[in-house]
Amino acid sequence: MRARFAVLTALLAGTVSARAPAPAPVVVASKPFGESYILAEMFAQLLEARGVRVDRRPGFGATELAFRALRSGAIDVYPEYTGTGLLVLLGEPPRGSAGDVYARVAEQFPRRFGTRWLPPLGFENTYAIAIRKGTADSLRLHTLSDLARAAPGLRAGLTPDFIGRADGLPGLSRAYGMRFRDVRALLPAVKYRALDAGDIDVVDGYATDGLIERYDFRVLVDDRRFFPPYEAAALITGRLATENPAAVAALTELSGRIDVARMRRLNRRVEVERVPIPQVASEALRELSLIGGTATARTESSRAGFFGYLRATRATLLSLTLRHLLLVSASLAFAVLIGLPLGLVLERRTGGAESVIRGVGVIQTLPGIALLAFMIPLFGIGVLPALLALVLYSLYPIVRNTFTGVRDADPSAVDAARALGMTDAQILRQVRLPLAAPVIMAGIRTAAVIDVGTATLAAFIGAGGLGEPIVSGLALSDTRMILSGAIPAALLALAVDTTLAGVERFVRPGR
Amino acid sequence: MEKQAQRSGAVSQSLPVPALSATGVVKRFDSTVALDGVSVDVLEGECVALVGESGSGKTTLLRCFNALVQPDAGRVLVDGMDVSTADVIELRRHVGYVPQDGGLLPHWRVGRNVELVLRLQRANGDLATRRDDALTIVGLDPGTFRDRWPRELSGGQRQRVAIARALAAHPRLVLLDEPFGALDAISRADLQESFAALRTARAAGRMTCVLVTHDLHEAFLLADRVAVLRRGRLEQVDTPAILLTRPATSYVNELLARARVSAADLDRRLVRHGAAT
Repeated sequence: MRARFAVLTALLAGTVSARAPAPAPVVVASKPFGESYILAEMFAQLLEARGVRVDRRPGFGATELAFRALRSGAIDVYPEYTGTGLLVLLGEPPRGSAGDVYARVAEQFPRRFGTRWLPPLGFENTYAIAIRKGTADSLRLHTLSDLARAAPGLRAGLTPDFIGRADGLPGLSRAYGMRFRDVRALLPAVKYRALDAGDIDVVDGYATDGLIERYDFRVLVDDRRFFPPYEAAALITGRLATENPAAVAALTELSGRIDVARMRRLNRRVEVERVPIPQVASEALRELSLIGGTATARTESSRAGFFGYLRATRATLLSLTLRHLLLVSASLAFAVLIGLPLGLVLERRTGGAESVIRGVGVIQTLPGIALLAFMIPLFGIGVLPALLALVLYSLYPIVRNTFTGVRDADPSAVDAARALGMTDAQILRQVRLPLAAPVIMAGIRTAAVIDVGTATLAAFIGAGGLGEPIVSGLALSDTRMILSGAIPAALLALAVDTTLAGVERFVRPGR
Repeated sequence: MEKQAQRSGAVSQSLPVPALSATGVVKRFDSTVALDGVSVDVLEGECVALVGESGSGKTTLLRCFNALVQPDAGRVLVDGMDVSTADVIELRRHVGYVPQDGGLLPHWRVGRNVELVLRLQRANGDLATRRDDALTIVGLDPGTFRDRWPRELSGGQRQRVAIARALAAHPRLVLLDEPFGALDAISRADLQESFAALRTARAAGRMTCVLVTHDLHEAFLLADRVAVLRRGRLEQVDTPAILLTRPATSYVNELLARARVSAADLDRRLVRHGAAT
């Protein structure tokens, strides 16, 4: 199975971008939020300027996905925070100063995980609890202790990550005795708007968020120093460290060069001014005199309307759409190849079929990120695990409809066919399958439409597709970017369904 | 039971080889007994009607003859061959079968439906001619009906196609399961007449028929002998005339009375050329 997928992966990769053979490029990844994208792009441009070939895989769905990908060697470097390394990845309690935390993770990671921290980049990006200025002034809130006092009357909108993490809401509640009137889980993309609109009163953010400045919110002071230090640094594989000293040297050039003011400015350029990330990254590298040349005056789409944006990014969007289509059609083809025979086999069995089909249905309920996280150690990142996940997600409607369609195919026609001397194989091929064809096709169409939506998950593990602009757009709170992925995805769903409707007319019995 | 077996045995002694023979056939479905020791012979060229109320076991008995039902006990012979050890696929391809609703394959045109058995048999000769002949025999113009879809036909036409399909390969045995049961009165009378005419025309070919029906009038019209089943047991197997004049059990008597079958039905009989007359 794995070999077959590997061949397919190679085919897909070959069709999308014909890659030159060896030496292997350095795979640079990020997590799905603005700052991580910017830092990763700076890593990538700096490496390229030093003559190192780079493969960009931005926007890994979560810390867990990115770190698993790094441990498995599927990616070589991504920007991470020492506090996250200590609390989330090592699972240790907060401790001392920024220096203590760095020392601890730098010592532990090579031993525990075979990965390494390069020296910090120069800024800390700890959690920031933000409220509207109006609320702050009327309730006279300056510190988190003040907030704890007012919390029973306030509604919090927090990222799911923050709600779950030990260094998030649970710890905060303990440290300050904070009890909000209501806590809602909100995606990063919407929380600031919800706060601005007054739907909620408190959000979690990062100290360097450009949006905090844009909306003019107030960040409350962590007077009990609850939040541990989150120094940003490049986290790399042990292999990169030993096998590619040139790359490590290049990445280390950034150590200590980015202070908090600069990072906030870069974030604002991207999140507020909507300047494309590659441009912001190259400007920053030039300012730091790490790369030469002058800024190429880009007639970029930063201020363009939606259609201008689409026009400017049409080449990228087209290739993402093609990749999306490839992911959907390949996974659908495999799902049919597996699901159809499975449905037929189950139909022949007298017992147990229903529980097997329900089992297949349960896969449907697994969260995408969990499934992907589970697959990275086995299948790495990119197209292969994405395809596998998509196949698993599309299986249920195909198996279910094949089973039901064949089982319920016109009983009197089937009985007559048997009575007149058709063999079981003939009955299946000439009678039951043709009669079940509309039901089976309905299952395939359902799977296909779900698949187009689910394939956006592929972006979480660097497999590309229309999920890429959707994930980045959500991370950067950029509606144009979200729509530039969502609208083609919707059109693709319609196109796939229409095409399959044509196929269905073709296979419909007695057409 | 013994008495009935002897009775049918007595008939068979006076005539040549039975084409079909069931001996002590028992069939249970879960806890219900569908057939409870049924013995009956059908002679070559004869048409025997199996009658009885719903659940009497008549369809189950019919389906034993083409191995759609495997008896739990007893023996079923077709042309002297034990069905339980026969190649059932080959057997079925040589036995005509007409179910109540025609059982046409809805995704095949009429012509393809009629060709079904010919193709399964890989019959020699001109497929198209034999198909068209079969349609003509059942009173359907091949040019008109060949390329129609089953859904475009009336119920009567569909049954005619089903009969054409059953007869296309000239089987020596045809099993019919309530073939006219779902039709309106006029279509039914038409089809009964056609069927009787067809049997007469085929008499030289000695076509043996078993006809399941819950309609005693139909049984009297079409069959040489009538077998009355009740709760999986055979009450009587005799010609309509004997059935009417000498009912073997009070149940048979009651059944005939309830159906208002009378001597007039004997006069209306469409079959006068069967083996038993």
